[in-house]
Amino acid sequence: MTEHHHHDHDHSDDHSELSETELRVRALETILTEKGYVDPAALDAIIEAYETRIGPHNGARVVAKAWTDPAFKTALLQDASQAVGTLGHVSRVGDHLVAVENTPQRHNIVVCTLCSCYPWEMLGLPPVWYKAAPYRSRAVKDPRGVLADFGVTLPRETEIRVWDSTAETRFLVLPMRPEGTEGWDEAQLAALVTRDSMIGTGLPKTPGAES
Amino acid sequence: MNGVHDMGGMDGFGKVVVEPHEPVFHAAWEGRVLAMVRAMGAAGAFNIDTSRFYRETLPPDVYLASSYYVKWLLGLETMLLDKGFIAKEDIAAAHAVMPARPLQPGKLAADDVERTMVRGKFGRPAPAPAQFKVGDRVRARNMHPLTHTRLPRYVRGRVGIVERDHGCHVFPDSAAQDGGEDPQWLYTVVFDGTELWGKDSDPTVKVSIDAFEPYLERP
Repeated sequence: MTEHHHHDHDHSDDHSELSETELRVRALETILTEKGYVDPAALDAIIEAYETRIGPHNGARVVAKAWTDPAFKTALLQDASQAVGTLGHVSRVGDHLVAVENTPQRHNIVVCTLCSCYPWEMLGLPPVWYKAAPYRSRAVKDPRGVLADFGVTLPRETEIRVWDSTAETRFLVLPMRPEGTEGWDEAQLAALVTRDSMIGTGLPKTPGAES
Repeated sequence: MNGVHDMGGMDGFGKVVVEPHEPVFHAAWEGRVLAMVRAMGAAGAFNIDTSRFYRETLPPDVYLASSYYVKWLLGLETMLLDKGFIAKEDIAAAHAVMPARPLQPGKLAADDVERTMVRGKFGRPAPAPAQFKVGDRVRARNMHPLTHTRLPRYVRGRVGIVERDHGCHVFPDSAAQDGGEDPQWLYTVVFDGTELWGKDSDPTVKVSIDAFEPYLERP
């Protein structure tokens, strides 16, 4: 590797490994395309969807709606797939979505100890930490310790409920509506709903700390 | 299989490290890998359970040391080789030099991508009545198949309560081995933290898994 590369990249070792991986990925795509299995334009479209359209803003709209519309909240907790399907402005959702509600007595956390199951349509692709060993190993055994890693401390008596996503069910945490948001509309409330608050490793932002 | 992918309850991996303002992909090739897996799955080359099993069967040192999308790449390559969709000669040449294998339903068109952005349906008609109902006490079986399973080790032999009944779903243990969908009843089963981690563990913790009926027995 040349000095030039060292200047361009913080981790030169990673870079050489990455180049090898890049070549391998390009070769595989060439093979699959030449064999007629994949259309590169379809790959572009899949990537574009996850980079631009499918992300936590989808879930945030669902949470904000549940905070302002009691009938929708009831429907969401009853059958989240069906309830979300009634919101035309949110991305289409598949089956088996389950919304679980945080209350003063119970806090919910979602994990996939076996791989990386995550409600993609609601939250987009999972962050690296969600797919990595520290979270997957410890969330089911020491959830309060994991919450501490995120800077979250809950009352000692609060029940901590961990949902291990071991099947094709997908879980969305419905966090508690922050105090001081009386009269806010859905768009204002959605801005308080973070990705981590819908996984259960965080809490919504509080009024005045939106940015 | 009792692989390193079955991480629940393992110690020593350290703190959770959060990357602020994490991008969707850290390099362009990660997106290509994800898209190839999605497109080949949609084309009918494999189902989701098979693709998970190929990642689980990576050598343990490779699994632990590889980034998420490297695992996806290695799993995809091995799976396509095993199933005859690509050949070693293709990989060596970095081009298709061997004949293609027919795919059903076949190549995913760009216009059909939107359709694949919606999760598939895994619910199926019930082939038999449910053996358990909400409120039942159940024990997770002490079973150790060498093939794919979605019953994590940390609950095996432990007693919990059936909390939700999700109806019948495709059974991953069968689908991953090309054994057909073999639909099974699926339940959310909740365990006290102390049942899983001992009497000295945090008494406020409860952990649930979604368990297929063959994973459960009466205690």
